[in-house]
Amino acid sequence: MPETAVETGVECAIEVADLDPLLGALRERGFTVMGPLLRDGAVIYDEVRSSADLPAGWTDRQEPGSYRLQRSDSPRLFDFTVGPSSWKRFLHPPALRLWQAHREDGGFQVVDVEPPPPRLAFLAVRACEIHAIAVQDRVLLGGPHVDPAYRARRAGLFVVAVQCTRAGATCFCASMKTGPRAGAGYDLALTEVLEAGRHWFRVEVGSERGAEVLAAVPHRAVRPGESAAAERALAGVAEQMGRTMETAGLPALLRRSPEHPRWSEVANRCLACGNCTMVCPTCFCTTVEDTGDLAGRTAERVRRWDSCFSAEFSYIHGGSVRPSIRARYRQWLTHKLSTWHDQFGESGCVGCGRCITWCPAGIDLTEEVRALQASKRRKEDRRADA
Amino acid sequence: MQTLEPILAQIPLFQGMRPEHLKLIAGCASNARFDAGQFIGRQGEPADKFWIVRQGRVALEIHAPGRGALTIMTVAENEVLGWSWLLAPHQWHFDAYALTATRAIALDGKCLRGKFASDHELGYELMSRFSQLIVQRLEATNLQLLDLYGDHD
Amino acid sequence: MATTTEDAGPPGPAGGDPMRPAPFRVARRVVETHDVFTLWLEPVGGPGGFSSQPGQFDMLYAFGAGEVPVSLSGPPGPVKQVVHTIRAVGPVTQSLQRLKRGDVVGLRGPFGSAWPVSLAEGSDVVLVAGGIGLAPLRPALYHVLSQRERYGRIVLLYGARTPRDILFAREIETWRGRFDADVEVVVDRAAPGWHGLVGVVTTLVPRAHFDPHNAVAFVCGPELMMTFTVRALAHHGVVPARTWVSLERNMKCAVGFCGHCQLGPTFICRDGPVYRWDRVAPLLGVREL
Repeated sequence: MPETAVETGVECAIEVADLDPLLGALRERGFTVMGPLLRDGAVIYDEVRSSADLPAGWTDRQEPGSYRLQRSDSPRLFDFTVGPSSWKRFLHPPALRLWQAHREDGGFQVVDVEPPPPRLAFLAVRACEIHAIAVQDRVLLGGPHVDPAYRARRAGLFVVAVQCTRAGATCFCASMKTGPRAGAGYDLALTEVLEAGRHWFRVEVGSERGAEVLAAVPHRAVRPGESAAAERALAGVAEQMGRTMETAGLPALLRRSPEHPRWSEVANRCLACGNCTMVCPTCFCTTVEDTGDLAGRTAERVRRWDSCFSAEFSYIHGGSVRPSIRARYRQWLTHKLSTWHDQFGESGCVGCGRCITWCPAGIDLTEEVRALQASKRRKEDRRADA
Repeated sequence: MQTLEPILAQIPLFQGMRPEHLKLIAGCASNARFDAGQFIGRQGEPADKFWIVRQGRVALEIHAPGRGALTIMTVAENEVLGWSWLLAPHQWHFDAYALTATRAIALDGKCLRGKFASDHELGYELMSRFSQLIVQRLEATNLQLLDLYGDHD
Repeated sequence: MATTTEDAGPPGPAGGDPMRPAPFRVARRVVETHDVFTLWLEPVGGPGGFSSQPGQFDMLYAFGAGEVPVSLSGPPGPVKQVVHTIRAVGPVTQSLQRLKRGDVVGLRGPFGSAWPVSLAEGSDVVLVAGGIGLAPLRPALYHVLSQRERYGRIVLLYGARTPRDILFAREIETWRGRFDADVEVVVDRAAPGWHGLVGVVTTLVPRAHFDPHNAVAFVCGPELMMTFTVRALAHHGVVPARTWVSLERNMKCAVGFCGHCQLGPTFICRDGPVYRWDRVAPLLGVREL
């Protein structure tokens, strides 16, 4: 087996059969590997023990309000786009016991109850998702306070990216400039190539840790022509995306448009179910639940994902600040695309399209944005005519 | 008799008024004094005067059977007591009651209305100022009705 | 990776984990009105060292019941006892109301922005409080009175619902007795026997003695009360850029993680609760933002 010096920035190749040694190398280094699996009629992320767990021969078809798995006649392992789960469920869990309190000596003591989280490796992270993790990093690690639960899971995370070789109908990462090509933020990046009857992976090395892991896996130098084959596999993905969003001037437009009639229009369709916030890889809002046992000896605090689509979300003494769905949809969209820039210096949307696919009413934020932009354009046209 | 003109000129209601108008108003003005507990006006009685409180505190009250006298608002230094003199049917809507010993300048409504008839500009000027006052009181009443500090669930 | 800001010190008495409350013992408890009470809290296990700026808040945890944001109402700066004046309006505040001396609560804090007392030096200071809003303003009043020579006139205008809702009544009499501070109290409605002022707090603004062109105003109360008060102040000559308010929204974490307290681009827990009026007025003008 010819080997090559493995270091950051280098390209290598591995065969399909070498995926299991890769998983093994990660496990040997103490990582629990999370990756794509078929479950409940969708590709979701959970622990992957062998390459046999991967959804080989499956692809997906996504539309607003619709997600369908399809059998493909291809042996490809990563021939799908993003599903309903995102990596945030491991880094920023949907439910987490923050602490427990025990009564003692007339007072109480606060203790940790969650076991230390496993060292995580993510397999098949898409470019948009790498950006989504970076967005949450800024929220939960980048401010004056740090979320220790997130930090404990995020620290030491090993990222195996998969470069997208196809795009879905609800994808628009090209518009958000977060993909389709993952350029950084990974330890290793795989490009799945199936050409001329050969099925293999190009591996880009993104870090020293990545190099070290790859060195422990059977790999070889890229042969003449293989780089070009990998590039061919990636070609045209951006053009395949079913959605686009014009982001120029968008934060300012939304800042100016809190009373736009479109909010009432979309509120008529929105069910305020909160699906979009649950599937969104950047939505970070949580609530806490404090409970106590009947004896009053033990109490605990659980943190759960929350959604700005619920009326209780903004409840203050006396009532909800946003009783109407119109106000809640406006809050969500304006936060994602406008006030997120004020708060964190970037967009809160990475263009993964999950909120479009998983909206039971098929509400498409790119379409909502276009409607807001169109009426602005009409106004400008009128001014130009005058 | 010492004229009240210089004193009137200092009162917010009249601030910036033309001297000739102040002179006309002063012609209808006189000093008044009320003891603590004294009624200055009673609901339904003819309202032919208004007062500028110089010192002391006056309550505007309404009496509700079973609930007693409820204070609607209080009027303190340099504030205006009464506008019923300006508008028909020129009757007190509330009881006005001196909470403390009170000194005031009384302005005779009939006298003023007579001057308005011959000097429309004076009438307009004072009417504008009272309109502003009435709007302020209306806004304050709205806020009171909102019960801002109460429970709202 | 930085875990805390350099200037603000560790995020509350709990140190590294901003979500973890530290136990504090109730050293003293005073009933202020039928639904408002004040707790003096001491760190369990000796002096923990607590310091706050006027206008900041803590998260108070009642064992098993939950946690609520509560403004500090005692003297700012380093203290042995942390003072909170609380209105019992929900399950958690009602649990806190049932606490007795010696009971233990959880505390995280202090959090948030402060009344700009340094910036106000050399100016007249007008504090306008509505209802429970007097509690978050009291630390600012303590500060300006303790540094009396640094300020011009000091005026406190306080509106309460009824005479029996007046907070800190005895202390108000002490302040009123000072020759170097003006204090006016007004109630929205009064039963017979009340000889004080009746009306809304906005009506106190034009009669107060201060120089509106060299004044700084701190306003705290229900949002509508603040809106109308700022309008009355502006009408009187206090420009909105010299007026600060303290805002309230739902809060779960107090450190910018939970998303609940957003008002447009700001997190009230992190950027507020104290804001310069002209910076938030456009946001407050939007319904249901």
